[in-house]
Amino acid sequence: MSGQALEELAQDLLRAATRDGATAADVLVAEGDTLDVGVRLGEIEKIKQARQKHLGLRVFVHERSAISSSADFSRESLARLSRDTCDLARVIAPDPFSGLPDRDELATPVPDLDLYDPDVEAFTVERAIAMAREAEQAAFDSDRRISNSEGASCSADTGRLVYASTLGFVGTYQTSHVSLSVVPVAAADGAMQRDYWYSTQRKLSRLEHPAAIGRKAAARALRRLHARRVPTCDVPVIFDPETAASLLHHLAAAVSGHALYKRTSFLLGKLGQRIAPEWVTVVDDGTITGGLGSKPFDGEGVATRRTSVIEHGTLASYLFDTYSARKLHGRSTGNAARSIGEAPRVAPTNLVLQAGTTSPADIIRSVRRGLYVTELIGFGVNPVTGDYSRGAVGQWIENGECVHPVEEITIAGNLLAMYDNIEVIGNDLEQRHAVASPTVKVARMTVAGH
Amino acid sequence: MATAIPSSAAEQFFLERFGLGPALLEPIVGGAIARRADYADLYFEFRTAQSLSLEEGIVKTASTHIAQGVGVRVVAGDKTGYAYSDDVTVESVRLAARTAEAIAAETNAQRAVAVRETGPGHDLYALARAPIETALADKVDLLNRIDIAARRHDPRIKNVLASIGVEQKLVLIVTSGGLVVGDVQPLVRLSVTCIAEDGGSRQHGSYGGGGRVEFGFLLEGDRYLRFTRAAADQAVRNLQAVDAPAGTMTVVLGPGWPGILLHEAIGHGLEGDFNRKKVSAFSELLGKPVASPLCTVIDDGTLRNRRGSLNVDDEGTPTGRTVLIEKGILRGYLQDRLNARLMGMPLTGNGRRESFAHIPMPRMTNTFMLAGDSTADEIIRSVDRGLYAGYFGGGQVDITNGKFVFSANEAYLIEGGHITRPVKGATLIGNGPDVLKRIGMVGNDLQLDEGIGTCGKDGQSVPVGVGLPTIRVDGLTVGGTQTAA
Repeated sequence: MSGQALEELAQDLLRAATRDGATAADVLVAEGDTLDVGVRLGEIEKIKQARQKHLGLRVFVHERSAISSSADFSRESLARLSRDTCDLARVIAPDPFSGLPDRDELATPVPDLDLYDPDVEAFTVERAIAMAREAEQAAFDSDRRISNSEGASCSADTGRLVYASTLGFVGTYQTSHVSLSVVPVAAADGAMQRDYWYSTQRKLSRLEHPAAIGRKAAARALRRLHARRVPTCDVPVIFDPETAASLLHHLAAAVSGHALYKRTSFLLGKLGQRIAPEWVTVVDDGTITGGLGSKPFDGEGVATRRTSVIEHGTLASYLFDTYSARKLHGRSTGNAARSIGEAPRVAPTNLVLQAGTTSPADIIRSVRRGLYVTELIGFGVNPVTGDYSRGAVGQWIENGECVHPVEEITIAGNLLAMYDNIEVIGNDLEQRHAVASPTVKVARMTVAGH
Repeated sequence: MATAIPSSAAEQFFLERFGLGPALLEPIVGGAIARRADYADLYFEFRTAQSLSLEEGIVKTASTHIAQGVGVRVVAGDKTGYAYSDDVTVESVRLAARTAEAIAAETNAQRAVAVRETGPGHDLYALARAPIETALADKVDLLNRIDIAARRHDPRIKNVLASIGVEQKLVLIVTSGGLVVGDVQPLVRLSVTCIAEDGGSRQHGSYGGGGRVEFGFLLEGDRYLRFTRAAADQAVRNLQAVDAPAGTMTVVLGPGWPGILLHEAIGHGLEGDFNRKKVSAFSELLGKPVASPLCTVIDDGTLRNRRGSLNVDDEGTPTGRTVLIEKGILRGYLQDRLNARLMGMPLTGNGRRESFAHIPMPRMTNTFMLAGDSTADEIIRSVDRGLYAGYFGGGQVDITNGKFVFSANEAYLIEGGHITRPVKGATLIGNGPDVLKRIGMVGNDLQLDEGIGTCGKDGQSVPVGVGLPTIRVDGLTVGGTQTAA
């Protein structure tokens, strides 16, 4: 359907909801095409193609609200959806904090953030197969110990999103994503290790070269061969950019207005306090042109913006949607994230730890005995206390040099202490993902091994 | 040619609502097979889901979702073409079939022999009243009772987050092998999280359960109260918890949900796809010892009313009971059609997919270890110094090197043969092909979990179950912070 047809559909549904007794309502409609290709050992393994559409309706009957979603866009089905959703709202408890945003917060006019690339829409199965093959082959060609592969995949998605509400707001934007990843397996002395590398972009032309992705993935798998455990100890821990980004995800979860009003955040009551060294700054910015986490308006039509979460070490702002902002007497920061048919959550847009000046090599050289982490597994983070304990993979450092790979160990501490004990930040920031970090060194954590 | 199955309700539904019946659909999959493919199937899905959640003492949100669609798969050799559509019409099925077919035809795969269609179906969760049909008011009422019960249970409980999720999934599977199978799959889940505060410290505890059961299951024997108190007790106990130890030590796992150990340590590694590709740490270990002789591990999709159970898997194969490990020896893999055929192994009924938009993969159902002879008390008394872990959060595994983690939410020190102080949560890490060899004692108290597990693989989530008797693992690394222990 055209953008205009989707907007009309959304507005029809809002009118139906109003007729059925809704005092306010909003609608989110998404439509998209997806292509996903998998290649393994040079042969095509899977090709998946589809077009999908979906819409979500949220109604308010005074202070009571309910949400529904459907993929059936027929007139009768939408009439039923509207009625059922209004009926559902009537059994829910009134909540004085519920409701749509204030009109002056809405993104009017809707900015163009250049989030769509027609080349991704025109991307073909043949091209996707060729790129996946090239990436996997480059991994095999880089070393004869790359003996097997879980394959390479290439995917392209394009979509259109419409948001409309009874405040009179209607906004539409188009997005595109293309990504290429490969998972080679390295083997030596009867032991196998796998690792991965990937590139994901909104624009096809900005995707990392397939062969470069393959070589990087191979190097990552190879450096894990002959991994061993280390004794239990307290040492400095360096997080590479991929794993350091996970520390920002934990930060984002803890500054979410929802976690704060539910009292499930370890950063409750810390606003305005110093939580990291004064040279640590973390910014969320949904307005970056072409950014992977950018959007012209959030899941409630509110204009996105730039918010300093940590400014010179001080916890400067929480992130809010409309509901959590009202609960905590603040204003929405434009961070309402919304899956179709779900209530808004709070999520970061482009969340970035600002780069330091030290090269990753110099950071490693600064460690006499410690750990360089390249992969984390498991879910061992307590959001309420910040207690942290996760499985880790990486390189053991002796006298400033990586001496052997390590595995089957955990690293543990507390996120409050970890943020506070950030000792160095690398100069290697690359916005490879919506949430991105340079290399980070934490002064001390507990490594559990043998 | 339809195989006799207990539930024709799903077939009836798709015929009445969408006008789709075997007579119309069989020629479509037949067409694909007639050309170059080995196998084709259609998967129709109509799913209604409902969720309600309570926080701060009130039920604040409710939602309903209706998802419908069809996935068309064409398989040639080891190549899969897949197309799906949310329009459930004959035209869109034909279009998707042509797309999927073109995809498979692009490749010149070797032809493989078809596997035989397996045995009779089951009827594991026929319900007098599906949980989706229970009045909303009853669900709201239950959540309100949970809030009151938790706060009454301990005055330190300051907030309660509780949710009820209910779904009803109707599926219809039509295969090029002539199989037409329908199933109606109900599911309900209750989750309770309690926040405890005392002075300056705050903690949380979570518990829950459900299954392919009527809504009344949650009320039977005050089950919801038991879940609520378990969540509240966990939160309150964690207020007193001391730092967890760090390092390798003897770990006793309590019965039930700690069976997530099996799911992570060996279950994923025994899925057919990873073994066909020889990227699993368990590749080529069939018939070899991979566990202590005390261990027999089963995957069973046929347990009545369990969250992980299915009458047929998402390829139409009746689910089964697969012995994975028998007295320490690796006996079997979990298979879907593609991998069973390519490996020349029997179908096990483990081909599962999240929805019509997903390609099936070998997945677990309910995975558990059979009971041994020891009592839980004997096991704990045998440990001079170690950790007792009774409840877990999530886990993860790297199937290639076999390293797995799972995170204890509730754990205690064992000192001099007794459970003593509660310790903070910690991640446990081990090596899959090695950890079951370190099992020194197996309890006589096998329990299955309460029905809360969801497994993620390659971006697809499916409901699963686990089970375990009390076991003693002689050497597992505990990721705490207390190095001087």
